Amino acid sequence: MVEHRRWNDILAYAILTFGVFIVVFPVYVALIASTHDAATVVNGNMPMLPGSHTLENYYRAIFVGGSRASREPVGHMLMNSFVMAMGIALGKIVISILSAYAVVYFRFPFRQTAFWIIFVTLMLPVEVRIYPTYKVIADLKMLDTYAGLILPLIASATGTLLFRQFFMTIPDELLEASRIDGAGPFRFFKDTLLPLSVTTMAALFVIQFIYGWNQYLWPLLITTQESMQTIVTGIKKMLTTTDELAEWQLAMATAILAMVPPVAVVVFMQRLFVRGLVETEK
Amino acid sequence: MANVSLRNVRKTYPGGFEAIKGIEFEIGDGQFCVLVGPSGCGKSTLLRMVAGLETVTSGEVDIGGRVVNEIEPADRDIAMVFQNYALYPHMSVYNNMAYGLRNRGMPKPEIDTRVREAAQTLELAGMLDRKPRQLSGGQRQRVAMGRAIVRQPKVFLFDEPLSNLDAKLRVAMRVEIRKLQRRLKTTSIYVTHDQLEAMTLADILVVMNGGQVEQIGSPLDIYRKPATTFVASFIGAPPMNLIKLGGNEIRAQFAGDSRSAADAGILGVRPEDLTISGAAATDGGITLNLTVEAIERVGAETFVYGTRARAEKAVSATPGELPEGEVIVRIPGQDAPAIGASIRATAPRDKLHLFSVDGRNRIDI
Amino acid sequence: MEKSAVFKGKLLPYLLLVPQLVITLVFFYWPASQAVWQSFLREDAFGLNSEFIGLENYQALLAQPEYYKAMATTVVFSSLVAALSLSIALLFATQADKNLKAAPTFKVMMIWPYAVAPAVAGVLWLFIFHPSLGTMARPLRMMGFNWNPMLNGNHAMALVVMAAVWKQIAYNFLFFLAGLQAIPRSVLEAGAIDGAGPYRRFWTITFPLLSPTTFFLLVVNVVYVFFDTFGIIDAVTGGGPAGATTTMVYKVYADGRLGGDLGGSAAQSVILMVIVIALTAIQFRYVERKVQY
Repeated sequence: MVEHRRWNDILAYAILTFGVFIVVFPVYVALIASTHDAATVVNGNMPMLPGSHTLENYYRAIFVGGSRASREPVGHMLMNSFVMAMGIALGKIVISILSAYAVVYFRFPFRQTAFWIIFVTLMLPVEVRIYPTYKVIADLKMLDTYAGLILPLIASATGTLLFRQFFMTIPDELLEASRIDGAGPFRFFKDTLLPLSVTTMAALFVIQFIYGWNQYLWPLLITTQESMQTIVTGIKKMLTTTDELAEWQLAMATAILAMVPPVAVVVFMQRLFVRGLVETEK
Repeated sequence: MANVSLRNVRKTYPGGFEAIKGIEFEIGDGQFCVLVGPSGCGKSTLLRMVAGLETVTSGEVDIGGRVVNEIEPADRDIAMVFQNYALYPHMSVYNNMAYGLRNRGMPKPEIDTRVREAAQTLELAGMLDRKPRQLSGGQRQRVAMGRAIVRQPKVFLFDEPLSNLDAKLRVAMRVEIRKLQRRLKTTSIYVTHDQLEAMTLADILVVMNGGQVEQIGSPLDIYRKPATTFVASFIGAPPMNLIKLGGNEIRAQFAGDSRSAADAGILGVRPEDLTISGAAATDGGITLNLTVEAIERVGAETFVYGTRARAEKAVSATPGELPEGEVIVRIPGQDAPAIGASIRATAPRDKLHLFSVDGRNRIDI
Repeated sequence: MEKSAVFKGKLLPYLLLVPQLVITLVFFYWPASQAVWQSFLREDAFGLNSEFIGLENYQALLAQPEYYKAMATTVVFSSLVAALSLSIALLFATQADKNLKAAPTFKVMMIWPYAVAPAVAGVLWLFIFHPSLGTMARPLRMMGFNWNPMLNGNHAMALVVMAAVWKQIAYNFLFFLAGLQAIPRSVLEAGAIDGAGPYRRFWTITFPLLSPTTFFLLVVNVVYVFFDTFGIIDAVTGGGPAGATTTMVYKVYADGRLGGDLGGSAAQSVILMVIVIALTAIQFRYVERKVQY
């Protein structure tokens, strides 16, 4: 439109650049902090340019441990986070695609009931039922295990709803055609439904991976051994040593490491991520 | 009230695509100008440039004696009816029409008078409280027009307003728009791809193709004397028969005019100007020997599709392509020859159109 | 919405449902109902005897000043975070909505904080605003603030709010942008022709048409503050100083840590459940009424 075009655009660029600055600033600071030595970082006057201790800090963080009190190498915590996030993402995909398939493509008694049972779980996030869930895990002897970390977090219905919505958009004619071609439920699922669902699965994967990776309260509760800590819970622990000064530069290095995988997933799979977000919130 | 002038107007998009290639014409005060052409010819772009919704790369757009290139749409004193109506979904019909007046600080009583008057004219009086989603397509279209009328602008702009209506409604609304414009005497520019709308609505018809003007004139002038084969086959339905001429034919038909003999390449004759007869044409008219391929009966008239004995290619001028060698003849009434029959169609000389080989120039005979 | 083409399996559908149902029953319904049941009990320190006491736990809870404080904190927290993150995100979204060439780049740059864990976000902001070693500490003190989130409850709240808003802007930005792009261009063009300048167009046309998105985000943001901010609070302030940043969810956690009052903790969980269900119900009901074009 003919409407103060240039001025309008300049204003827009200015505001957006400012926005990006705000968004990036904390991470930038952390990045800088992770490249200096301990003394520079804690004196309250840290320079805004990178230092020379990058390799040393990251090496220590990943292989040696976050602070002298906690002997846990971040590398190990990264592994735990990874296993947990992958477990949640994949687990969620598997059980929800199966249950969505059942609810959409079959007719059987109590179908509606089953659907509502699953649907209700959307309402309550894990934080609301932490202690009873903790007790269940403890009773099942799953404390400090990957299973304990993963299973309660795949209980909610987001995946099932997503797949159900997607299946609804698939034309009936596809099923009828494959039936005429002699395919039963397994063949149809494997040969037709699954290939069509790939993008939906990828979108769900992105969202769930991030969700799983960023979990805090639940892993905090059920992991007592340091070897089972995730990187997200590990960072906080690094900062709360009572006997000596926390090593902030290592904590920042760890924070950067904690951010890399989920951010990478968002940036490289951006379209799927956006789609996953928008679809699961409907 | 104002006239609209376009002086060497061009538009090039960033990236290099030249959408409008130097357009120049003038619309007098109170005239109804129709821009017609196929999709992508630039007619909507041109309209939007007059509205101020698109920028002008070079040239001048002049409304009422004032160059408006750099003036915002709000200040050009124009009103526009969009193809999808673009009503404000969250406002009632009354507020949709009052919005523009409120923005200009008009006092409430006056707004009320104008809105109610327009509602009366467009038979919307009972619907002022409804929201757009509660209205039918035709009603929404009338609200869009009401929104334009209350502003009493210098120019009305219409961007294919009837395209989204069903056929019957389209015909009715066409007449209403024309009557309304006659009454209000506001200069109007109307964009459509439908040649029938163009013919029936326009005082001035502008035929566009590929960002350029093919011909400007009154509808009947354009009908009687199309300037290019494009215009010839675009205006008039079914489209004009265009026949590519071989050297011998030219000499035989137009032997007296040596100039035309040299340049001529395409002969045009409208289906309604051909008659089926037993005798050959005389006095420089043409005779076509056809084999009947298909018949279309419309009730009041019949269209006969025939092919010429020799496989001469007809010129394919878009739109309205005729397949190789096919000729359409219009017969009033319902009597038609049988399929497969051989017939002879003739047309007198004064109904013939002659064009250059590339179809871009009309040759008068 | 039903499929007409289906399989008529007898056993298969149940088998397909088993994994999801089992997990849901074991890890969702059982704990949730346990929480409800426990809220009506009083257990002794060893968990051996339990006594049904009806609504006493709830009454005791509602008599505690700390509980009201946690409620107030939660309300203040949600209002601030919602107001700030929604308005800032809307501002950025409107700018990104203009047909700028660099818009896709800006979009990516604005949404990646969604991937950052709340706890990590908390740690980052704590680092920047740490009273002694934070980068912003000196500038703040030079401006006259006696900045100390470790001791000053309001400062602590401010810090936590900043971290929460920072993270939430990304999510809101995404949805606002989608909402803006769903508004047909022609309606805005009509507004321009009708004499409305950009500012007026925004408030009289764009904003009303954006209201379903805004409402949806409002609910989501409130739910976010209630639950997802646990990580931020724990990382930054541990709920302090003196309970200044203890929200209701945090209180459940903290009280459970101290141990002993399982009944009270369960009652708190149940109250939270009711609130969430109410919020979700509102959201579902409202999402049905979308603006049609």
